[in-house]
Formats: sequence, structure tokens, C-alpha cells
Amino acid sequence: MGTRECNHICDESSPGIGEAGITGEWRTHKPVIDTDKCTTTRLNKPTCFLCWLYCPEAVITKAIPPFINLVYCKGCGICSQVCPVQAINMVSENKSVAGT
Amino acid sequence: MAVPRKSNIQIIDGNQAAAIAAKLSRVQVIAAYPITPQTPLTEQLSLFVEDGELKAEYVAVESEHSAMAVCTSASLVGARTFTATSSHGLAYMHEMLHWAAGARLPIVMACVNRAIGAPWNVLNDQQDSISQRDTGWIQIYCRNNQEVMDSVIQAYRIAEQVYVPVMICYDGYILSHTEMPVDVPDQEDVDKYLLPYKPHTILDPANPKNYNLVTLANPRVGVDGKLCHGYMELRYLLQEALQDCPKTIIEAGDEFNRVFGRDYSRLFWEDRNEDAEITIVAMGSLAMEAIVAADMLREQGFNVGVLGLRVFRPFPKADVVRALRKSKLIVVFDKNISYGSEGATCSEIKSALYGTYINAAVRNFIVGLGGRDVKARELVEATKRAIASLKETVINPDYPEWICRI
Repeated sequence: MGTRECNHICDESSPGIGEAGITGEWRTHKPVIDTDKCTTTRLNKPTCFLCWLYCPEAVITKAIPPFINLVYCKGCGICSQVCPVQAINMVSENKSVAGT
Repeated sequence: MAVPRKSNIQIIDGNQAAAIAAKLSRVQVIAAYPITPQTPLTEQLSLFVEDGELKAEYVAVESEHSAMAVCTSASLVGARTFTATSSHGLAYMHEMLHWAAGARLPIVMACVNRAIGAPWNVLNDQQDSISQRDTGWIQIYCRNNQEVMDSVIQAYRIAEQVYVPVMICYDGYILSHTEMPVDVPDQEDVDKYLLPYKPHTILDPANPKNYNLVTLANPRVGVDGKLCHGYMELRYLLQEALQDCPKTIIEAGDEFNRVFGRDYSRLFWEDRNEDAEITIVAMGSLAMEAIVAADMLREQGFNVGVLGLRVFRPFPKADVVRALRKSKLIVVFDKNISYGSEGATCSEIKSALYGTYINAAVRNFIVGLGGRDVKARELVEATKRAIASLKETVINPDYPEWICRI
């Protein structure tokens, strides 16, 4: 079966989770939340959530502790940078990279 | 039988013809940046909008790149759009020309053909639009102002059926600033001729869509489970649209003849070429000069016909071959050059003839660059030189001859 059956004549898609593919595969470092430092988790109250606000991929859910969907997280590290209490560490995925 | 109809002959130049045609086509969004020799066309359109004669949004942009970006966006949300440019403006638009064609938007643009720098030159040749040959636009060239008028109107009918943008090209000054009689169609007739634009891209907040996002090489299943095109499938569809569109162009021409009484049923035109042994090929207004040259050559006993190219993209290979089947010598005059090779229309003719058993000699002359006057007498002399060259060899030379004083 070819692609003609989608009936598109230019690139067209419906917005939805995962429309750009499994982008989590691009990641070299994954964000890991230190729940002892994370303000929201420590106070057990929905506060802060700067990581949720700044995540450019919208893969962080406002939960206690905040939930990061690693299927689509590209590992950009912005959440780690904006966290006011340095509760998010970028941990190497230990993927082998050619030439290194 | 010609259909009896009322005529409304006005003495206008090519820019006015294009402006009136855009108005008659009821364009809804115009975005253009003035550039010589297209400027009077944009001025006329902004005047139509200012006076309320044309209910359209005129977007005054800061560049041609933005002009095409505005047309692309407006067309994407369902507006009939028009723009016009020349030369460096067209070159500046280059990136967005690919976007318009790739997004399959039926934008119509007038390209008033002008030379391109360096050195600076504001006069006519066809290097500007020929340099945009591979952007996926349909290109139609006009020989007079009536064709400018009629081609812009037909362009909407064509573009909105095949979803490919159309560039209507006409020679700067020779047509853009030269007044000649033009039969201006009635609004009522144009309304009958042009069907409403049905966009293939429907933006609806209740059913949101993305258009032309990052599209990777391979097809991919969308979130709705449908297998969607990869980049290459979409590009194939653009090629397919251009391959298949001649029948739509001819149908638009036939219907135009029925409504307005002027025949556009062919993708090129001929002048006494049926039994000609020598065919002169030229595109745009240059082909009119070629008719004068052919008349002079016939008086001197040569059996000469003229083939005037109108639709350059898609190039009507099979039809051109049929028209050239009796020609023993084909003399191609180009107002453009693919540097290091030859004139663009000459390459097309040679390519069309390959493998057809028509073993005609092809001679190519580069003429009229940067507004250099092309005299019929010069075309006659060049054609005679081409005839004389056959005594030495019938092999086609690798490179064209230039008619200049170097």
C-alpha cells in the first residue's frame, strides 16, 4: 500500500502526541529529579513547576513529583537549567557515539 | 464559427492589462513590492483597492521574499492571491517560490521579464524567470498585451484545479510599457469562467491541522493512524501535477475560447509552420519579431515557419516534436543563457527531439540580453548563417552563437 491513500497533496498532519516520531531516541542525557530538593515534592504542594513551564517539548506533567515523559524528552536540559533549587540532574544515557 | 460578442477594446500597456485581469479575477489578497518595470502594475492595483473598485487586502511588504510569504499564508487560509515582480525581486523571492509550489498553493504571479545584475540593468531579457525554472511553478509566456490579460485570468482557473502556482511572464517595456489594443473582458463573463477557489488546506479550529512541518525522508504513520507521505512522495506528487496539467491548461484555453472568443487551445503557437523546412523558435514577444523575420525570409525564397513557445513549464515535449516533424533546420533564439551550456529553450527543444527519429539540425542564438534591441533583420541574417552552416556540418554545435559586437 502506497502513501497516496492519505489523500494529502502537501504535507499535512493532525497535531497530537508523537507526531514527530519517538524523539526520546535523540537524547544523550536524561533529566532525573532529586525529590529531596524539588520544592513541589518537598512541600507536597503544587508549587513552582518552572520545569513544566519551560519545557519546550511539553513532556513534563504537573504532578507531585513532576512527571517527565522520557519517550519524547529530547534531553535538552532546559528544565535542569531553570530549576531554582538544582533538583534536576542531567544523567548520561551512556549511548556510544561514533568517534568519541 | 466565431461567437458574436460585444468587444471592449482599450489601448493599454501590459502592466495595466495584468492589473485589470487581477481585478477581474476578484483577487482577495495582493502582496507586492514595487520594482522596475513591474511598478505601474502594483501602483494600479493599490489604486483599485484604495478606490474601493477591488475588494481586496493590499499588503505593503518590505521585500519580495515577504510578498511571497504573505501570498503563501493567505492562499493557505483560502484567499485568492496575486503578486508581481521582476528580476532581482524574483531572485529575492526564490526561496518562497519553492514554498508556494511545495505547499501546492494556487498563487498567480506576473513576472515582468527583466535582466539581472551584474552589471545593473533594468531592461528586458528572460534570465529572471528562466532562473526560476525548477521551482515547480507553471510558467506561461505572453506575446502581446491581450495574452497578458487573458493568461492571468486563465492562470487562476488552471492553478486552482491542479494546485500549482502559475507565473505569467511578459517582456519588460516591450509589453509592460507599450500600449496596444486589448479587448477587456466583462466582469460577468469572468465570473462565469472562474470557479470559486476551493482550498485543499482547510484551517478549522475545531479540527486543527499542521501543514508543511518537518517532513522526514520516509513515510510515517500520523497520529490518526494514516500512513502519510514522506518528503519524496510529496515531491513526486508535484512532478505528477506538472506532468498531468497540460490537459487542464488546454481545457482552460478551450473554455476561454467559448466564453471570450479567443483561442488558447494549444500550449504554443505556430505561424505557417505546417510544411516549413526551417522553423524559427522563440518565446514571448521575441516570437512576434520572428514572424517579421520569417516573412522577409519567405520573400527571399526560404521555406520558413515560426514556433512561438507559450507554456514553458510544463514543457510540451510531444506536441513540439509533432510540430517540428517536417523541419530540417531549427533555429532557436533565446533571451537567456544557461552559462556554460546554451539557451534554456534550445536545451528543451533538443531534449524533446532525442530518440524521435527527427534528425533536424539545431542552431542556437543568444539575443536581446539586457534590453539589446533585436531587429528582424538580425534574425534573418542569423537564420541565413544557420542555413549556410549546414553545408559544413549538420552536427549541432556544443555552444550557442551570440548576436553581439564582441
